[in-house]
Amino acid sequence: MIEIRWHSRAGQGAVTGAKGLGDVVSTTGKEVQAFALYGSAKRGAAMRAYNRIDDKQIINHEKFMLPDYVLVIDPALAFTDNITENDKEATKYIITTHLDKESLIKEIPALQERADRVFVVDCMQISLDTIGRAVPNAPMLGAFVKISGMFELDYFLESMKRVLSKFPQKIIDANMDAITRAYNEVK
Amino acid sequence: MAQKYDIKETEVWDGNYAASQALRQARVDVVAAYPITPSTPIVENYGNYVANGYVDGEFVMVESEHAAMSGCVGAAASGGRVATATSSQGFALMAEVLYQASGMRLPIVLTVVNRALASPLNVRGDHSDMYLGRDSGWIQIDAFNAEEAYDMTLCAFRIGEHLNVRLPVMVHQDGFITSHTAQNVHPLSDDDAYQFVGDYKGVDDMLDFSRPVTYGAQTEEDWHYEHKAKQHKALMDSRAVIDEIFEEYGKLTGRNYKRVESYMMEDAEVAIVALGTTVETCRVAAEELRAEGIKAGVVAPRCFRPFPFDNIREALKNVKAVACLDRSSPGGAMGALFNEVSAALYTTEARPLVTNFIYGLGGRDFSIKEAKRIFMEQKAHVDAGHITTPIQQFSGLRGPKLGFFETKRS
Repeated sequence: MIEIRWHSRAGQGAVTGAKGLGDVVSTTGKEVQAFALYGSAKRGAAMRAYNRIDDKQIINHEKFMLPDYVLVIDPALAFTDNITENDKEATKYIITTHLDKESLIKEIPALQERADRVFVVDCMQISLDTIGRAVPNAPMLGAFVKISGMFELDYFLESMKRVLSKFPQKIIDANMDAITRAYNEVK
Repeated sequence: MAQKYDIKETEVWDGNYAASQALRQARVDVVAAYPITPSTPIVENYGNYVANGYVDGEFVMVESEHAAMSGCVGAAASGGRVATATSSQGFALMAEVLYQASGMRLPIVLTVVNRALASPLNVRGDHSDMYLGRDSGWIQIDAFNAEEAYDMTLCAFRIGEHLNVRLPVMVHQDGFITSHTAQNVHPLSDDDAYQFVGDYKGVDDMLDFSRPVTYGAQTEEDWHYEHKAKQHKALMDSRAVIDEIFEEYGKLTGRNYKRVESYMMEDAEVAIVALGTTVETCRVAAEELRAEGIKAGVVAPRCFRPFPFDNIREALKNVKAVACLDRSSPGGAMGALFNEVSAALYTTEARPLVTNFIYGLGGRDFSIKEAKRIFMEQKAHVDAGHITTPIQQFSGLRGPKLGFFETKRS
């Protein structure tokens, strides 16, 4: 079982991202789960979304999770939210930030002993450049595909096109650009 | 004619989406609804299907849940297939009309996304609303995950509309934990689903002017009692129909449901009885404990009403200790599941040790770790030969432990 925790603000698309990831993963024959904890349920409030991925049907419904991946799609939450909560020895962190990795880790003590498992990507800038709005979920998926090695980029892009098929072509193209750029830029 | 929906063999749907697709596939004539969290997306999705030409029936937006169920009663009495959705406070506001619907023997399908009742206000999942409906004369079926929410909604039309049943049916799923959790779902095609559900068969339709009938008549001490007894008998007799329809659905999908689901019970020494998603979480706990040599099993009433008194006895006939988990504040009594399971077990030879846990109110997380702890406590009762804790306890509560009543052994 692979478990993923998203740290986000309501409105940034973590739930859509988690469900989109679940959709793509299901096409590989795996079982998935995508859910969220909304906190105060207001736009802009800190919230968390979750994915579980397994070879057999997922019947665990607890909210508690020991994540294999922590995806932070709001830059400030890396500082204010407890992003290392319930983590494991091998938990990997992908954090959206305009800072380089060293500067970010210097600012966040909890990440210092986990430095070899921290990856950074500027999902905000990438989504502004490609989609035209600060919707960091799509770029984070690109970064996740790279770091997890779970899919070939082309396979993921093709599957995402199907997930987004109800949207206008322009939006689909922008999302593909965002995913590809983050895939190439995450470090 | 409504357009068909393009449905894949495997979809990633949450429970709300699954329920709304089942309503669409059943070609409901009238949906009268007033949205409320966490069942809002059922109504919202259904509205989308209507707007985009996937539904031929009527969609009536009303001013309250009382009006929603009243609209359903009117439409069902007129002679159509009728459904709606609600949760929590909305369910409470519907309560008066729920009894009208069952008393008039109208086979309405109500998809209930279980949520806590205020006060304090809380939108998360617990079973307060499901328990509020337990004497309302409706059949109550419980789904433990998103796929089951889909399956049970399709089955609900068949069960309620069956000419030997003719009763309204609720299909319950856990708020957020099922309703907002996307998982792999294997739906039927539109044609296969409708073929299973079948055309609506009218009985005493009010709009059949050649044969006038009255609905909601007044009966005092002359006939009320006989009506209610007949209604209760219809609920009891629906057990055989439910079994039959589950079997037919199993042949169609390979998914075999029973009025009482049993997991790992063949040689179980200790068992948990629960409802909703907790059933599945407890299965994980039981599997993990079995690897450590503890013979744990899980029993779950799929059908909460009519209460499967007979099947519960059968499922638990060989266990030594049972924990009944109630996700509703019992309001000064033992939990309902504890009371009903205990009553069933009291009429067996074995009479296992039965304890009660209140848990998960207002969406408080129920973990695998806690399920394992509860199993181990049952094991301790078995080893001691008596209940070693208070008979009713609160699981996952912050602050000092809360428990009530000891076994009297002198």
